[in-house]
Amino acid sequence: MDRIADIWGPRTPHARGTVWPARVDRHLQEGVAEEDVERWVRSACVLCSNGCGCEIAVRDGRMVGVRGVATDVVNHGRLGPKGLYGSWDWANSPDRLTRPLVRENGRLVETDWDTAMARIAEVSRRLLDEKGPLSHGFYTTGQLFLEEYYTLAVIGKAGLGTPHMDGNTRLCTATSAAAFKESFGTDGQPGSYTDIEHCDAIFLFGHNMPETQTVLWARVLDRTRADDPPKVVCVDPRRTKVAEEAERTGGVHLAPRVGTNMALMNGLTRELFANGRVDTAWVERHTLGVDDLRATVEPYTPEETARICGVDAEDVRRAARIFGESERVLSTVLQGFYQSHQATAAAVAVHNLHLLRGMIGRPGAGVLQMNGQPTAQNTRECGADGDLPGFRNWSNPAHVRELAELWNVDEMTIPHWAPPTHAMQIFRYAEQGSIGLLWISATNPAVSMPESARVRRILGGEQCFVVVQDLFLTETARLADVVLPAAGWGEKSGCFTNVNRTVHLSEKAVEPPGEARSDLDIFLMYADAMDFRDRDGAPLIKWRTPEEAFDAWRECSRGRPCDYSGLSYDKLRGPTGIPWPCTDEHPEGVDRLYGDGVFNTDPELCETYGHDLLTGGTVTPTEYRAKGPAGRAFLKGAPYVPPHEEASEEYPLLFTTGRTVYHFHTRTKTGRSRNLNDAAPDVWVELSVPDARRLGIAEGDRVRVESPRGAMEARARVGQVMEGAVFAPFHYGHWDLDEVVPEDFSRQANELTMTIWDPVSKQPYFKTAACRVVRVADGDGPAPAPTTTASRPVDPSVPPTRGGPGASTVAEVVDGFVPSYPNDPALPSGDTGHIAEVSAPGRS
Amino acid sequence: MPHLATYVGLLHHSERSLAEALRTVGEGHAAEADVYHVCDTLAKMSEEHVRRLEPIVRRYGEQRHGDDVEEPERLYADGPGEIRKGPVGLLRDLQDLYVLATLVQTTWTAVGQAAQGVRDRELLELAQASETETGRQLSWLTTRLKAAAPQALIVAP
Repeated sequence: MDRIADIWGPRTPHARGTVWPARVDRHLQEGVAEEDVERWVRSACVLCSNGCGCEIAVRDGRMVGVRGVATDVVNHGRLGPKGLYGSWDWANSPDRLTRPLVRENGRLVETDWDTAMARIAEVSRRLLDEKGPLSHGFYTTGQLFLEEYYTLAVIGKAGLGTPHMDGNTRLCTATSAAAFKESFGTDGQPGSYTDIEHCDAIFLFGHNMPETQTVLWARVLDRTRADDPPKVVCVDPRRTKVAEEAERTGGVHLAPRVGTNMALMNGLTRELFANGRVDTAWVERHTLGVDDLRATVEPYTPEETARICGVDAEDVRRAARIFGESERVLSTVLQGFYQSHQATAAAVAVHNLHLLRGMIGRPGAGVLQMNGQPTAQNTRECGADGDLPGFRNWSNPAHVRELAELWNVDEMTIPHWAPPTHAMQIFRYAEQGSIGLLWISATNPAVSMPESARVRRILGGEQCFVVVQDLFLTETARLADVVLPAAGWGEKSGCFTNVNRTVHLSEKAVEPPGEARSDLDIFLMYADAMDFRDRDGAPLIKWRTPEEAFDAWRECSRGRPCDYSGLSYDKLRGPTGIPWPCTDEHPEGVDRLYGDGVFNTDPELCETYGHDLLTGGTVTPTEYRAKGPAGRAFLKGAPYVPPHEEASEEYPLLFTTGRTVYHFHTRTKTGRSRNLNDAAPDVWVELSVPDARRLGIAEGDRVRVESPRGAMEARARVGQVMEGAVFAPFHYGHWDLDEVVPEDFSRQANELTMTIWDPVSKQPYFKTAACRVVRVADGDGPAPAPTTTASRPVDPSVPPTRGGPGASTVAEVVDGFVPSYPNDPALPSGDTGHIAEVSAPGRS
Repeated sequence: MPHLATYVGLLHHSERSLAEALRTVGEGHAAEADVYHVCDTLAKMSEEHVRRLEPIVRRYGEQRHGDDVEEPERLYADGPGEIRKGPVGLLRDLQDLYVLATLVQTTWTAVGQAAQGVRDRELLELAQASETETGRQLSWLTTRLKAAAPQALIVAP
């Protein structure tokens, strides 16, 4: 089966409230048969935030394929095209980094580890002596393992004592975390994927799930293609596959003008109040702030909402009616909200809808604030991003004291005078030279951050010493002073936690190439070189192996909402990943939070005292205590305010960017998969039919897109975007499998985006810029965009996207096998805990 | 009510100064993207207060001069006028904004009290709403100042 052409694979429809059937997907390297595989090694996929349980095929010391695990609670055996074709292929690429590099006379030259690490330690020590710890910044990723994040967090917060730590997870998941904290007191996904099996309506807010989380979308399709489908409501400026499904199921597609999500959310919220669709008794018992919220949304009548958003007033009414009349609504949210104007306020507004209807914490009534990166959840938990480990509150002295005791350091060492510095501010300090050492691990900001020309200047300048550790010589690594070769997925062991709180263990399958080392080993090497000590003079980092690091983290998480105390490597070697909190009380984890309607808002428990959603001004501890939340959730509103850059005469169109189905992050891995690369080999730009006609642009014509900050060139796809908007896939850099890309950076959507971020979550905006489009030249064929997704052309003569040689995969539906999970609400009570006894396919 | 008129005048003047000062500081420190954009949001709040004050000014007058208004006249505070440069300059400008915003806030408090006394519901409502919003302005200024201070005072070149 060609999973480039058939992205979601065969359907296994099933009725509401029944278990999602298993289907095992498998892909092996061309020429390798199943019997040739020597070992299958347990892991989970890291090419989107879904976290599908899988096993890596090993032969002759190399990764040669992958298959899904039928007994895994996340995917029931399925894998998506990125996982099948892109998860292991890159490891055998001839251009892997195998030795450290240092910059000599302006050029990167190979060296040994001792030399490279000595150079880092020398700069690090000099800066500590001259300026102190605030001279150090760490910018990490959504691709490391929990053990590595936690080790990095301890080095940064207790070894050096710098608040300047963040990850590229800031670009993907920060708003999800921020919204949870504002509404429920702490981070933590309240809902579960099993809500898909139980809901009677599903709302996707700015979430192109068919392309960003293909396996989850297969799960949705298996419900919408059954006899009792939930209604789908889609909020997206493009006519995505979600929009088509909305039409099929009698739902609604709302395509708000770019930058107006908040007005739409206020309109939907007002409809619930206006039509008496609020569960008043539940709201009274379990929430705070309903009167303020009602007053805030009052001006947003369907007509006013329609005027601001450019949608139909009747569609606003219909969508709100579906929400108001359903008993079980599942909402999912992603970058269409997070990377857009008023991000946190809009994401919080989704919580408000659920709280007003009392639809949280029970099967089918859930919220999934998604992540873009697979292990983003771990940066949030472990404190390698802008948080303290274990969802602790930087402004609660008792929480800081707990960490100081755990690490045996002085409380004053742990920076907690203000929120930890977010990524955009770290880059600003690096630009100004007050951060003199910036350490970037496993991410590619030269391509992924807004206003790329500025980021290149910062990284390439003399004012800041840049360390990059990665698998390849990425666009960012080329600008570094020291480059460290790292081991990747399958080449090291560790755990990671998906969007859904499910923890998986990923075990080392093969040796990394050359002298490449695991990220954990690299961090430990730095800790040794710097000789970080605790208060008693013992080494600060007391672990050497991933499993020891995991056990240290387990203690750090004990008693916090993300409690891992009941988990161990041994337990994670079982048939399925396990969702936290996992404790003595809940040895199999917990499928869904807040079932009792008690939230983590107690002042001694909460992770933040909250913010003003419009400005980001913090609520003081005294003000917070005065509210007396006592476990009640917050209903927080905000008025709509216009976006920071609106269409003008000079730049009449709105520019929006996004991830598409065949690429992940900056294509470091997926670009090295022949099948994924061939399906979408180059960047493209999508225009609506009326805009294309007005500009004289036909399918495949070469166009130049310009904003006040820069320009990119691409071939035009006349397609499914709403009139007035222009879409480009993000993260096509100047690297390519065929190395035919000119070095002018003109493929990068981020040449155009703005240096601006949400005031609460500090997530940069990639979807709010004005632009103009100019036709440059005739095309010589259609745009290099897929036909299988939201990027499909209006022109029916464009040949369909298909996989090439080696794209063949297997998808086996196993008759008579019903997956069984301890927490699955679809199983009759009592029928739990037997998964270990099930003889299941796809598990050796 | 000559003194109430004086205080209405004081409000009108200081809210306008605050709005202008927020714009000056925001534009002057535009390289700090969040400062630029949030100052714009905060300036709009003050501009809205000025707009809503217009009918009140017409009702009570706006007395700024004369023997009996000497004290409030001396209270008038103007914005920074010219912005300072660099991280420490940003810190000082945020402090100036804070001082100006507290003057606005306490003046709303005073006028709100008087509005109770004269049973002016419209003015009372405006005073309460505006005082809350000035509180949001102050809260952001404190938040940003706390985040900026260590780097500016310890590490900045």
